[in-house]
Amino acid sequence: MTLSPATKSAIVEAAAAHGGPKAAMLEALKLVQQAEGYVSDANLAEAALTLGVTTAEIDSLATFYSQIFRSPVGETVILLCDGLSCYLGGADAVRDAVMQKLGIGFGETTPDGKFTLINICCVGGCDRAPAALVGPDRTLVGPLSADDLTALIGGAP
Amino acid sequence: MSETPLTGRARADRSPHSFAKWQRIGGYQALPQALSRHSPDAIVAMVEAAALRGRGGAGFLTGTKWRLMREGAAKAGAGARYLCVNGDETEPGSFKDRLLMEALPHQLIEGAIIAAYAVGATEVIALVRDEYRAAAVALTRAIAEAEAAGLLGRNILGSGFDLTMRVHASAGRYIVGEETALIAAIEGERPVPRHRPPYPAVSGLWGRPTTVNNVETLSAVPAIVERGADWFRGLSRTDEGGTKLYGVSGCVARPQLIEAPMGTTARELIERAGGIRDGRALLAFQPGGGATGFLEAAELDVPMDFAHLKKVGSALGTGALIVLDDRTCPVAAIGRHARFYARESCGLCTPCRDGLPWVSKLLDALEGGQGRREDIELLHMHVDLAGPSGRSFCDLMAGAMTPLKSGLQRFGDVFAAHLDGHCPVGRA
Repeated sequence: MTLSPATKSAIVEAAAAHGGPKAAMLEALKLVQQAEGYVSDANLAEAALTLGVTTAEIDSLATFYSQIFRSPVGETVILLCDGLSCYLGGADAVRDAVMQKLGIGFGETTPDGKFTLINICCVGGCDRAPAALVGPDRTLVGPLSADDLTALIGGAP
Repeated sequence: MSETPLTGRARADRSPHSFAKWQRIGGYQALPQALSRHSPDAIVAMVEAAALRGRGGAGFLTGTKWRLMREGAAKAGAGARYLCVNGDETEPGSFKDRLLMEALPHQLIEGAIIAAYAVGATEVIALVRDEYRAAAVALTRAIAEAEAAGLLGRNILGSGFDLTMRVHASAGRYIVGEETALIAAIEGERPVPRHRPPYPAVSGLWGRPTTVNNVETLSAVPAIVERGADWFRGLSRTDEGGTKLYGVSGCVARPQLIEAPMGTTARELIERAGGIRDGRALLAFQPGGGATGFLEAAELDVPMDFAHLKKVGSALGTGALIVLDDRTCPVAAIGRHARFYARESCGLCTPCRDGLPWVSKLLDALEGGQGRREDIELLHMHVDLAGPSGRSFCDLMAGAMTPLKSGLQRFGDVFAAHLDGHCPVGRA
């Protein structure tokens, strides 16, 4: 799969807006991920070429930032907060319920490709603990009960 | 509004006001005053007199930081100078900057423009953490509105002052919020902390003079200019000016943000949050987020400001009050923090990269009743190794060891009981 002309031109624009190709590398990775769901080796190389940086330079960021995905993820990404405030709000029970319902652990994707479950540090939703971020807009949901999350993932296997 | 100048105008659903509405309810009144009536030095003096301390955790005097920037800029000569807004809030228990960016972006922008004028910045870059998508959207839109209204761009309000502002969206990792790592992030480098000196005021973003300020700090600035330093100091109960946006979470009935006078006590904040939930009793609390020492019932009446909390061996940090009730195992709670800090270490310095996972493993074993007697000694060793600030490029390691250090001091008996395979305060 190659990057669309729209993604490429957005990357070029990002370079102008961010003060140069190097400073725009993270934005380029985000644009690739937004369009393709994750950053494959091929698309990483194409983004580097579009910016005029090396693959190694851009991968040094891709491998550092936790929210740049270098392997495929499901249609819906669920980021479950494992900070202390969420733990005190009962996050472990929610975690266990969603893992059981989806049949996957952290960092895994359901076989049908619908859901990826990831644990994440404090998401700033401590007033809504236990909290999670769901979907492409990273919508904050909480306070979550095990039932809420089960309802949220509805038709999951 | 007068008692809660920072958050009084936020909508309950957190949707941001349009530019027109924001103006109607008193927004952008301070900026014309600042540009037309005050010199940059006068603004710095005003913020100094207001005794505003940085709200990102360290509590450095904002006026002093700005003065250092002006000195750095004078030496650096002509060229770009930067104001970076630190919107990377990721400290466990902190959720205040999310509200200020999502619901009140124009207040932050006005504060940033005034700060940029005061320090002589030519560009403002607001770094926003990836998880705060709504905040990045609100801020981006508000910047465009301010540009369209002539409050950003060339010759702002006919003052001759030029300024641009943009958002840099981050992509996860706690370390990005460390100020030199934040600068590296914006440059497109791997965001690991840099050696100081040189300080950012002398050589920051792209080697140019740079100020990094927290979202809450900058959001407080417009009201200071509009109503004066004396008014701002008068909001506080202590020597440190202003109100503070405290966050109360954990084992309370209604976790929430509370804007209250600087120096409000934990007892009052916990009461306002509905008290300890389920009628339980307090075990301990952290007054300022994950990297602050535990306090107990005896410290409930300490005024929560930087100086008073330091005196009792803890810190105000980000004002994120995390409450543990008497059913919470402190070993488990500290273990949650340890996992977080171990995972978020950038890997640059050995004690942090290798020490924190070791500590996390030891705590997990203890929590699970698998600990050995020598593990407690090992935990003490790690605390001692982290030592005071200055043994690594940044304070992540020292911060990570803070709850453990105070936990070992205050709950040594609980740690010891875990060796026998049971938790005396656990969920029996």
